[in-house]
Amino acid sequence: MEQNDNSQKDILFSVRRENYAERVKRHTPPSALAPDCLKAFLIGGGISALGELLAFLYRSLSVREEQVYPLVTVTLIFLSALLTGIGVYDRIARHAGAGTLIPVTGFANAVVSPAIDTKSEGPIVGVGAKIFTVAGPVILYATLAGAIYGAIYFLIGIFA
Amino acid sequence: MQKNLFFPDGIGFHSYAAVGGCEEGRGPVGRGFDLIDDTDRFGAGTWEKAESEICRLSLNLALKKGKIDAGQISILAAGDLENQCVASAYGLAPFNIPYLGLYGACSTLTEGLIAVSCHLAAAGGDEGLFGAVVTSSHNAAAERQFRTPLEYGAQRTPSAQWTATAGGAFLLRPSHGKARITAVMPGRIRDGEVTDGANMGAAMAPAAADSILSYFEKCGENPEDYDLILTGDLGRVGSDLLREILDEKYAGKKHALSDRHDDCGLNLYDFDLQDVHAGGSGCGCSAAVLAAKFLPAVERGEIRRMLLLSTGALMSPSSIQQKLPILGIAPLVRIEYRA
Repeated sequence: MEQNDNSQKDILFSVRRENYAERVKRHTPPSALAPDCLKAFLIGGGISALGELLAFLYRSLSVREEQVYPLVTVTLIFLSALLTGIGVYDRIARHAGAGTLIPVTGFANAVVSPAIDTKSEGPIVGVGAKIFTVAGPVILYATLAGAIYGAIYFLIGIFA
Repeated sequence: MQKNLFFPDGIGFHSYAAVGGCEEGRGPVGRGFDLIDDTDRFGAGTWEKAESEICRLSLNLALKKGKIDAGQISILAAGDLENQCVASAYGLAPFNIPYLGLYGACSTLTEGLIAVSCHLAAAGGDEGLFGAVVTSSHNAAAERQFRTPLEYGAQRTPSAQWTATAGGAFLLRPSHGKARITAVMPGRIRDGEVTDGANMGAAMAPAAADSILSYFEKCGENPEDYDLILTGDLGRVGSDLLREILDEKYAGKKHALSDRHDDCGLNLYDFDLQDVHAGGSGCGCSAAVLAAKFLPAVERGEIRRMLLLSTGALMSPSSIQQKLPILGIAPLVRIEYRA
């Protein structure tokens, strides 16, 4: 038994000794940074430009100025949810990366996709419980950050 | 102590079948599949049920091709990637065959072949005995369970692999058939200290290297006597790592082992046409590729002797989130051509 284990140790030992992590790094291809950045910029910028275009459209329809941007946001969220539902959004995101993750459309996708996914477990323990599995951390920490900001703002208001 | 078991007359492949989804059907081994469903749904309402259907359909096809009845099979070993291996259980329950549910992650196929051939040999190795092995995986069911929701817009890294929507069923019969299992060896759990869930190939490569080297060291055979050393789903990154380790260990016989190496995950998809990054993976990957491509080649005598090592990454979503290393395992079977 001892004799047998020695050869095994040798194989494992050599994996460790030669620093397997280094070896893995050498063989793992990096993401294509330049094209990825370019695609993210173009698609992310395209979504923002679409937002501006929508704002222009709503203004031309004589929507009241304070309602223009909320309407733009709602429209983008709707479009993202629709594209997620018909299975297109993730295909765009595969190329766009942060370009589709950062805009409000990414947030909509993060809420709609688990909702579609968990339909099979029913409305309560499925969709109800799991809808925020991806967006949950954003909601929690954004709310928390809002509360802290509010507290600071309030304190400054007292002393200023 | 690790031990090789030899079956002089061999445990033969009586019949087998491969079932795949849309992407698998479009791949280079697509024509070898017995059934392809372009919708990936297999007529089921959920992805989990679809995977159960893959299990049921593959066993059904293997039975039909082998012209035998489920009642003649004395043991059925099966496994998949779903929590608690339910895809196999639900899919195979209707057959009423004594059942072993296995979990070896993507190494389950070889694990099952070892379990069933040992059972058949221990039962007397009589030609009238039958055993079956079924393994499956479904891309959508696996993504849902291990990664992110299907429609979530995530970007995959180049080392990430694509879980195959596929399954395979194998009917084994002692001393029968042209392709036979003549030796088996369970693998040992190996830790390469890889924590990146998107680089499973790297996590499994040390286990594959360990099993191959320890097999050749113990049995005294020459790598030159082999036509093929086939791993399960190391993909591009894992295969490169394995070949490099083997070359270093066998420095005297340069490339004897690595030249004979191929990987099921590199065979299932077309890298130029399909967006699968480092290659295929999943319990169904090695099963489908073995049934669709390599077993027929053994039966035709084109491959006279090969080693099959389905490779498994042992981990769970929680273990990944807790930053535990992904463990690797690679059980081994020797398959030989008998005229």
